[in-house]
Amino acid sequence: MLLIHCPYCEEERPEAEFRHAGEAHIARPQNIAEISDEEFERYFFIRSNPKGLVFERWRHIHGCARFFNAARDTVSDRFLKTYKAGEPKPALDGEG
Amino acid sequence: MKKYSAFAIAREALRGNTGWPEQWSSPEPKKSYDVIIIGGGGHGLGTAYYLAREHGITNVAVLEKGWLGGGNTGRNTTIIRSNYLYDESAALYNHAIKLWAGLSQDLNYNVMYSARGVMMLAHNVHDVQVFKRHIHANRLNGVDNEWLTPEQAKRYCPPLEISRDARYPVVGAALQRRGGTARHDAVAWGYARAASDRGVDIIQNCEVTGIRRGPDGAITGVETTRGPIKARKVGVVAAGHSSVLMQMADVQVPLESFPLQALVSEPVKPVFPCVVMSNSVHAYISQSDKGELVIGAGTDQYTSYSQTGSLSILQHTLEAICELFPMFTRMKMLRSWGGIVDVTPDRSPILAKTPVKGLYVNCGWGTGGFKATPGSAHVFAHTIARDEPHPINASYTLERFRTGRLIDEAAAAAVAH
Amino acid sequence: MTQPFRLPGVGRLDAGKPLAFTFDGKSYTGREGDTLASALLANGVHLVGRSFKYHRPRGFLSAGPEEPNALVGIHRDAARKTPNVRATVQELYDGLAAVSQNRWPSLAFDIGAISDLNAPLFSAGFYYKTFKWPRAAWDRLYEPAIRRAAGLGNAPDKPDPDHYANRFAHCDVLVIGAGPAGLAAALAACETGARVILADEQPVPGGRLRFEADARIEGKSGWDWAEETVARLAARDNVRVLTRTTGFGYYAQNMIGLVERVTDHLANPDPNAPRERLWQVRAKRVVLATGAIERHMVFPDNDRPGIMLASSARTYLNHFGVAVGNRIAVYAAEDSAYAAAIDLKKHGVGIAAIIDSRAAPESPAVEEARALGIDVLAGHAVIGTDGRLRVRRVHVAPISGGPHREFQVDALLTSSGWTPAVHLFSQSRGKLAFDEATQRFLPGLYVQDAVSVGSCNGTFDLASSVNEAFDAGAKVAKEAGFRKPRARQMEASSGTPWSIGMAGASPGVEPGTSKMAFVDFQNDVTAKDIRQAVREGMRSIEHVKRFTTTGMATDQGKTSNLHGLAIASQMLGKPIPEVGLTTFRPPYTPVTFGALVGHSRGRLFEPTRRTPTHDWAKAQGAVFEDVGQWKRARYFPQVGEDMHAAVARESRTVRETAGIFDASTLGKIEVVGPDAARFMELMYTNPWAKLGVGRCRYGIMLREDGFIYDDGVVGRIAEDRFHVTTTTGGAPRVLHHMEDYLQTEFPDLKVWLTSTSEQWAVIAVQGPRSREIIAPFVEGIDISDEAMPHMSVREGRVCGVPARLFRISFTGERGFEINVPADYGLSVWKSIWAEGQKHGACAYGTETMHVLRAEKGFIIVGQETDGTVTPDDAGLSWAIGRKKADFVGIRGLRRPDLVAEGRKQLVGLKTVDPQIVLDEGAQIVADPDQPVPMKMIGHVTSSYWSSNCGRSIALALIENGRARMGERLYVPMPDEMVEAEVTSTIFFDEKGERLHG
Repeated sequence: MLLIHCPYCEEERPEAEFRHAGEAHIARPQNIAEISDEEFERYFFIRSNPKGLVFERWRHIHGCARFFNAARDTVSDRFLKTYKAGEPKPALDGEG
Repeated sequence: MKKYSAFAIAREALRGNTGWPEQWSSPEPKKSYDVIIIGGGGHGLGTAYYLAREHGITNVAVLEKGWLGGGNTGRNTTIIRSNYLYDESAALYNHAIKLWAGLSQDLNYNVMYSARGVMMLAHNVHDVQVFKRHIHANRLNGVDNEWLTPEQAKRYCPPLEISRDARYPVVGAALQRRGGTARHDAVAWGYARAASDRGVDIIQNCEVTGIRRGPDGAITGVETTRGPIKARKVGVVAAGHSSVLMQMADVQVPLESFPLQALVSEPVKPVFPCVVMSNSVHAYISQSDKGELVIGAGTDQYTSYSQTGSLSILQHTLEAICELFPMFTRMKMLRSWGGIVDVTPDRSPILAKTPVKGLYVNCGWGTGGFKATPGSAHVFAHTIARDEPHPINASYTLERFRTGRLIDEAAAAAVAH
Repeated sequence: MTQPFRLPGVGRLDAGKPLAFTFDGKSYTGREGDTLASALLANGVHLVGRSFKYHRPRGFLSAGPEEPNALVGIHRDAARKTPNVRATVQELYDGLAAVSQNRWPSLAFDIGAISDLNAPLFSAGFYYKTFKWPRAAWDRLYEPAIRRAAGLGNAPDKPDPDHYANRFAHCDVLVIGAGPAGLAAALAACETGARVILADEQPVPGGRLRFEADARIEGKSGWDWAEETVARLAARDNVRVLTRTTGFGYYAQNMIGLVERVTDHLANPDPNAPRERLWQVRAKRVVLATGAIERHMVFPDNDRPGIMLASSARTYLNHFGVAVGNRIAVYAAEDSAYAAAIDLKKHGVGIAAIIDSRAAPESPAVEEARALGIDVLAGHAVIGTDGRLRVRRVHVAPISGGPHREFQVDALLTSSGWTPAVHLFSQSRGKLAFDEATQRFLPGLYVQDAVSVGSCNGTFDLASSVNEAFDAGAKVAKEAGFRKPRARQMEASSGTPWSIGMAGASPGVEPGTSKMAFVDFQNDVTAKDIRQAVREGMRSIEHVKRFTTTGMATDQGKTSNLHGLAIASQMLGKPIPEVGLTTFRPPYTPVTFGALVGHSRGRLFEPTRRTPTHDWAKAQGAVFEDVGQWKRARYFPQVGEDMHAAVARESRTVRETAGIFDASTLGKIEVVGPDAARFMELMYTNPWAKLGVGRCRYGIMLREDGFIYDDGVVGRIAEDRFHVTTTTGGAPRVLHHMEDYLQTEFPDLKVWLTSTSEQWAVIAVQGPRSREIIAPFVEGIDISDEAMPHMSVREGRVCGVPARLFRISFTGERGFEINVPADYGLSVWKSIWAEGQKHGACAYGTETMHVLRAEKGFIIVGQETDGTVTPDDAGLSWAIGRKKADFVGIRGLRRPDLVAEGRKQLVGLKTVDPQIVLDEGAQIVADPDQPVPMKMIGHVTSSYWSSNCGRSIALALIENGRARMGERLYVPMPDEMVEAEVTSTIFFDEKGERLHG
């Protein structure tokens, strides 16, 4: 059970209140109807799945219900930062 | 190879068991091989074995970053079954079951394949529809799977609670009698011993840090913590670490790695005769030959390479177990552990060539890879040796995510493996 | 004489009223405060168990949770039988009944011990090498035999009448272990005002002070200091002291799992008290004060009853007042074991000798032993022992060679040193560091906010330990945000310091020996087995462990792991850290399933969701089905009716007059805002912009990959307001899916989403008489066909309650769905029901709902679709807005395989014999004569007896189904081949006239 800081509530809450929502910073193409099969595959299926620093989405589903982003180390499961949806990807190094 | 037998055991007993040879040799890596297999789990070691036995390719190295069978092979709950819905899945898993049945004799190593039956519980009308669909499809595919009433299910597994008053009563079950379990370590060691005997180099504590490609883009070898090794063919069989390795060759794969936990109870005298799975209440349980109840838990919701998971996941699993088997609340959890499972979007594996010449990948088994071990290894060896898939794994491509031709067992059944 | 080994005036237990108990049916007495082990030892009983593989007789090795041998069954009553209880942990209560395990017919005479005689056959991993022929024999013969021989106690066979509790707690400082270090740390931390939880697995805190009778802290005896300190701590508001509470798991972000044993020590527990309580504590800082575990010596035949750890004998003496024998020898490779001999000698127990494998041990303890007249044999080894059910003779020889000596004994105490208990530290993912000088693994790099103090940190000296702990307690409290207390130097001393000791096989147990020198007692792993594993190529300690099973018994190798590692490292000629240390996996000691399950059993296993009419339906005799967490009325049988008859009657009645159905479980989402229509355009395949206010439309929602995700009727309540319905199970995921797009892909849209599933009760009234039935209750809405045609929605009042009235139909009949606030659902239902009865209407359940919709070819998402079905597959391509530039799934739908020829399409299926009702899930083939494996071209998704059609009907997904109209296909069943014809999906009222009629 992780502890997660919700950037909207500005509180650290147990993971039970949150739902993981996959890799972050994958925007739906504006012209999605026109993209190629390869582009669609990249958008919808391919994931970076890094060992180390991951940028991912969470939703405070049993709290404020907002989606937000987090930078976490997938080896230690330690959160480096959480930030609001729409904010740019922070420059961080993984814990290694 | 010194043959294992009751006679050999008696002979060695008289010699204080000091005459057993090494089960596999541990040579220094050579400068080059015909084929390198990355990953010394059951699938990787099996691939090396079948490359040698079926295709005469013996100049093979298996590179393992830790110890053989230390990944998901040694961490899973060893359930074996083949009652999958789609023809592609039935073919693959049934191929595996056929190999399981003779594996101990084939390898001269008792892998303890125990066909004690896998029973999947239905708790509602939807489950019944889904299981019946499987049973009918399995029958026409030559895969055994039969429907049991709650009373029949209880006769097959006496500890099962079938009271109508349960929160989710058991309304029936699908039983695959040829399903069962096997001894996970023995699978890794048996393949390692047999492969080593045929000339395969098994190299532990050797982590791959890079994959080399030539000017034409084709594979030329790997870089490892024990130096560079050349090979024109490389097979990646690295489960949870597949994404990391494939990226070394600039191949993006549709995988995510999640923590999966399991636990065992303290050992008790035989009380649980088969394997029981309930997808609706999320419980997977059998009893090992040693007497421990072996219980599979679910995955955490987030991706992780930590090989640990949350206590809440185990709690949820035990709640389900005690709901189905209320006499087990006084049993004790002895040991729990985590593995890293690599999951594809359709929950079916990728067993295929890749866009990179000489690079092959066997990954994406999610929570259900153990059962496929011999079948997967056998067809993957074929794929590497012939540079084309075996008919059984022809559908398990990387391209299917582009075309949409998925093998979506999970969607079709809401069934975990 | 009772309790002949209890020494008068010795120990801390009250000699008052004796407690009666039985072991294997024989009666004994013990004292309040005893463990089962100390009470049995007071009665001179050492033989308590049999080992796992060889069934060798075994006694107590220890006095604590590390015990590998003394596992018994505790039988409170028929339903309260607990297997594998450590007698060294189980507290005695009056009337306790214990039984030995893994023996037949009796503990003293166990047939299974025959395997001991054949032990060389059962060497490590023997089962991998045989039992392969004949092939079928593994399942039928070998495996059942192995399984019967293995296992320990018997699993309970009745539901557990006890209950279990679960608590969450937060604190600033959690201290695990209330030995001297833990107490000192808690003291320092609590004085800062920090909230402290102090947990200890024993019923009384004190740790090593239980046996170190000569320890002194702050001018008092160590034991008195501990008792006073605990009292001081417990009196403070900011401290919670938990005894009988084991910290078993260290999880991410400083969450510790602890389990408190609440009633297992009581003779007559309060039935309202939980048996155990799980604590999940989130601590700002964790102080690990988990102590150290003494190791035995690995010498030949070191497993006989009567051979135990030296400090444990001291615990039995100094705490419980029990001498573990009358004539005792000590075999050690370190100093602290001398204290056991000294303490026993001082209490008049005969000490045969101290055998020390060190050539020339030098310490005050050695001097003191000699001064007491104890024979100290330095540079000697124990080379064997005798005694089948109890050790009676020890064979000793100089290590450098020389004449053997024998000692008659009834107990032998051993110690090869102390292993810091780094289990929780390791679980916290901290990195252990091997200390060459002391040959110990110690906490190295911390990953979480924790600190180790005292002997688990390698600080064995008592004075250093308490001071290190006090400083650490102060430091972590400061880190947790509190003022640092005044630094303080604590005075402490203990008589016999713990020295380094040795790990691995004792002298004389060299490679090649045929002697059985046990490393892991419970799993019967000897030094020889470990060497054999290495010889067979097991080079990683994980392989050695798995091959020999060393460290995998219920004690998880607490006393044995370091020995195993040292022996392997010696065989491999590699230093210990290169061979590796097996991972410490949670839990620290076994945890009862019930404690982890807590209250989530039976009816509380998962919440049950009931609709407002649930109790009414129950009173009417409804049969319910589980749909997700919902209980839904499936059918309403009248006297003598089975499901078939009830459904036939209900479905006829709906079409003839009317039926009333509780549709409250439908998911409902209110989509509101100026951009609501634009948002709906994106989320559903259908066009919404032009849907008039007061009109409804059937919507299909896709995932981005183009497959059907959900469906439901949507009503436009206002320009900026939609009333969306979803499938029963689908509401949460549909809302999540909508929120995802709204918040992250289309954040500029001004739309708000609200789940209203539980706010609205939904009463469906369907059938030709539906309008008449509801008419008397409807206010402010013109429900004539002209004013309110099919697929429309109005707001008004029903039964005086604000309502949204839908004119929609999932039956093909004229129909209404009345949405009223859930609290009024039952009263409105009752009014409608009363009126309906006048018209001959019935209540119907989900089964009839399914039949009626199937007669009309309406799909159920999750039944006709399975996550691989596109709208076109389901015959719903009309619901895709062709002119729309975008909606979720638009691109996925155009992928090559989704537009390829030969996809499975939804069609109707009529069996040639109309009486045959196909099995849902049955597979369909074109050629009935082909052999297995057959080419399956589809499957039956829904199948019912339709009393309205007077025949069976079915829906099926079939390859190119729509091009096969009229074609004969086959459904192979186990005993017959059923022939069926492909038809339209609509079986009843093909023109849809009844909607209006």
